[in-house]
Amino acid sequence: MLALIPLLPFAGFVVNAFVGRRLPKSVSGLVACGVMVAAFGISLTSAWSVISHHAPIDQTVFTWFTSGDLNVPLALRLDNLSSLMILVITGIGSLIHIYSTAYMHEESDSEYARYFSYLNLFAAFMLVLVLGASFPVMFVGWEGVGLCSYLLIGFWFRKKSAADAGKKAFIVNRIGDFGFILGMLLVFVTLGTLNFQEVAAAVSSYGPETGMGVLTIATLLLFLGATGKSAQIPLYVWLPDAMEGPTPVSALIHAATMVTAGVYMIGRNAELFSHAPITLAVVAAIGTATALMAGTIGLVQNDIKRVLAYSTVSQLGYMFLAMGVGAYAAGIFHLYTHAFFKALLFLGSGAVIHALAGEQDLRNMGGLKKHLPITYWTFLIGAIAIAGVPPLAGFFSKDEILWKTYSAHWPTYHFLLYVVGLLTALLTATYMFRLVFMAFHGERRHDAPPEHPEEQEPVAGDATPSQVGTLHANTSHAAHGTSHLHDAPPAMAFALIVLALGSIGAGWVGWPHALFGGNNHIEKFLHESFLPPGGSHEPGAPAEGAPAPAAAEGQAAGEAVHEADTSTELMLMGISTGLAAAGIGIAWYFWRRNRNAADDMASRFSGLHRLLLNKYYVDEIYDAAIVQPIRILSTGALWKGIDAGGIDLAVNGVGLGVRGSSSLLRRLQTGSIRAYAASLFLGVVFILGYYLWR
Amino acid sequence: MVPLNYYLVLSGILFAIGTAGVFLRRNLITMLLSIEIMLNAVNLTFVAVGRYWGTVDGQIITFFVMTVAAAEAAVGLALVISLFRHRETLSPDAFTALKW
Repeated sequence: MLALIPLLPFAGFVVNAFVGRRLPKSVSGLVACGVMVAAFGISLTSAWSVISHHAPIDQTVFTWFTSGDLNVPLALRLDNLSSLMILVITGIGSLIHIYSTAYMHEESDSEYARYFSYLNLFAAFMLVLVLGASFPVMFVGWEGVGLCSYLLIGFWFRKKSAADAGKKAFIVNRIGDFGFILGMLLVFVTLGTLNFQEVAAAVSSYGPETGMGVLTIATLLLFLGATGKSAQIPLYVWLPDAMEGPTPVSALIHAATMVTAGVYMIGRNAELFSHAPITLAVVAAIGTATALMAGTIGLVQNDIKRVLAYSTVSQLGYMFLAMGVGAYAAGIFHLYTHAFFKALLFLGSGAVIHALAGEQDLRNMGGLKKHLPITYWTFLIGAIAIAGVPPLAGFFSKDEILWKTYSAHWPTYHFLLYVVGLLTALLTATYMFRLVFMAFHGERRHDAPPEHPEEQEPVAGDATPSQVGTLHANTSHAAHGTSHLHDAPPAMAFALIVLALGSIGAGWVGWPHALFGGNNHIEKFLHESFLPPGGSHEPGAPAEGAPAPAAAEGQAAGEAVHEADTSTELMLMGISTGLAAAGIGIAWYFWRRNRNAADDMASRFSGLHRLLLNKYYVDEIYDAAIVQPIRILSTGALWKGIDAGGIDLAVNGVGLGVRGSSSLLRRLQTGSIRAYAASLFLGVVFILGYYLWR
Repeated sequence: MVPLNYYLVLSGILFAIGTAGVFLRRNLITMLLSIEIMLNAVNLTFVAVGRYWGTVDGQIITFFVMTVAAAEAAVGLALVISLFRHRETLSPDAFTALKW
């Protein structure tokens, strides 16, 4: 039964990949959506049986390979953590499939089928990733979703920027995957098993490592894999470029599901990571730094999807912050709520782009509120949810993370992390509402040429060549009148509305105890998955006196902390809610009430503004520090030196030697029979002479 | 009883005549005939030495040589005729198309 969940989308992939081009759009769309909805149904029943029986489901499909001590069955495991994940993947995945049937409707039949085959294949691999009971099975899904990500980013591969973005995503991920493989091997060498349950059981007898031990190195390598897949510093650069793909793909892969794989992987190995406090400190620091950096970049970008992409990077940073302070449940909780509102925001931006026939530049939008009411209201709900205004979903998960960070005992600089987290919350509210105000409020600036500096355009003069390149659609659509704007068609509106409801209500399962005595079901629910099998102790708190990264985590200890600090927690909630409101206020002041103020700020801090607009020049730094040296080394040394100068020279030298020696030896072929006879005769005489006189 | 040396000297002379013919004559057919003389000189040695030792080995190998010589003459003459049809000459110096 469990194997059916990934197999159904895989069957959809097979149908659409092999016969899809001969099917009309309605059939291939129906197949793709049908298998996803069916998988969602099975996921619901499976998850329900896990919850009602309080017992995980294990299924061994077959023995994959055996080699010496290494025995890897293709085993699937559905516990509380993976039930939540499969519900998110199949549930939100179904909505995005339905949305895509309308969004991709202008493609030809074969392209349409190709799109849905990739999307189904992605869902199948993602489900393998979360259902896998061991590292190798997870790795199959891990690589598979990377492949599908590449295929879908480069879906419009005739456009060079899309093909390049796909390659960039694939190559950057490869660096992370290399770390993942090494980490996996190190775990096997150290603990002798690759099964998550057995790893957790084996590691639970260890004390936490205080120095740079083997567990720390293994978890750091695994975390490198997570930074690649989940777009964290230093490997986040591919995600903003990945926005070249179709918008529903950005919603499904690059916001809701695939990029959370790294967070999920840490949650799956909570026990392992808990025993490596140094790794946890690194995870928390990287997550926080990424959250802040991406948030500041998101503040000035002008492409609607890029703002959302940086927002995703920033929110993923939050999740890693939670993982790093040992609040695994809070991190997964944020993953779950983020899936709703970020998918909603991406699909909303897709509806805007769809209505404007390909326009993505915020400076050419404005005043869309009255033309796209469904899109506007659902987008607004998403923006409020991500900004962290109670009682929408984002508030609960983000506040849980901030609270857990504040009350953590490890890492020692957790208070700094908390402050940066708060700052990022402010930034989040600001850039999201900047988006809302620029796109939906004010006057239409749809026809404004982006090259000309205008008072309505805060950053027009600073448009970089790459940004100008994204505006190519502008001229061809300038003739479109307001009357051509159409709101989301039914399939898209359906997905938007369902996700908007989710963005409102999804957080209520994690209602904190401090606020009107909620009981945070999600934390208790997820907590079981982070414990080693049969163990009842707190993860990460096995020994006295050692750093206890997860001391605030869990029921017994957690209850006590909550009782004591309810007032503190309420106060922190007040602060973060106030900051969210302040962020919205700032956005309202700069981009709604007084547009010139934004220009003034941009020109007053022009250096900073340019730094942010150019994304801290990270792409340029990577290009200069890594890409160009490799290129120079490859061209100068490996190509011109070793290949052309060494290998080619040897091969050509053999040819030249043969040719030169034969040009001498051919002179023996004189054509005179007498000469041949004489040489034969002399040869015989010499040989006979040798034998007779020796 | 003729001593063995006489036979050997005779066959040496015949062999020298054949070799000289191969080297000196400018006619392919004559050269083929000279090769036959060389072969028969060798045959004579075989037979003579076989008789000297009182065995039949020399005579057996002579039959082999004669068979091969017959085949060689057939093929050689066929080639010569074919060559003549192309060039209207039998001089070996006319056929140098395959030299360097």
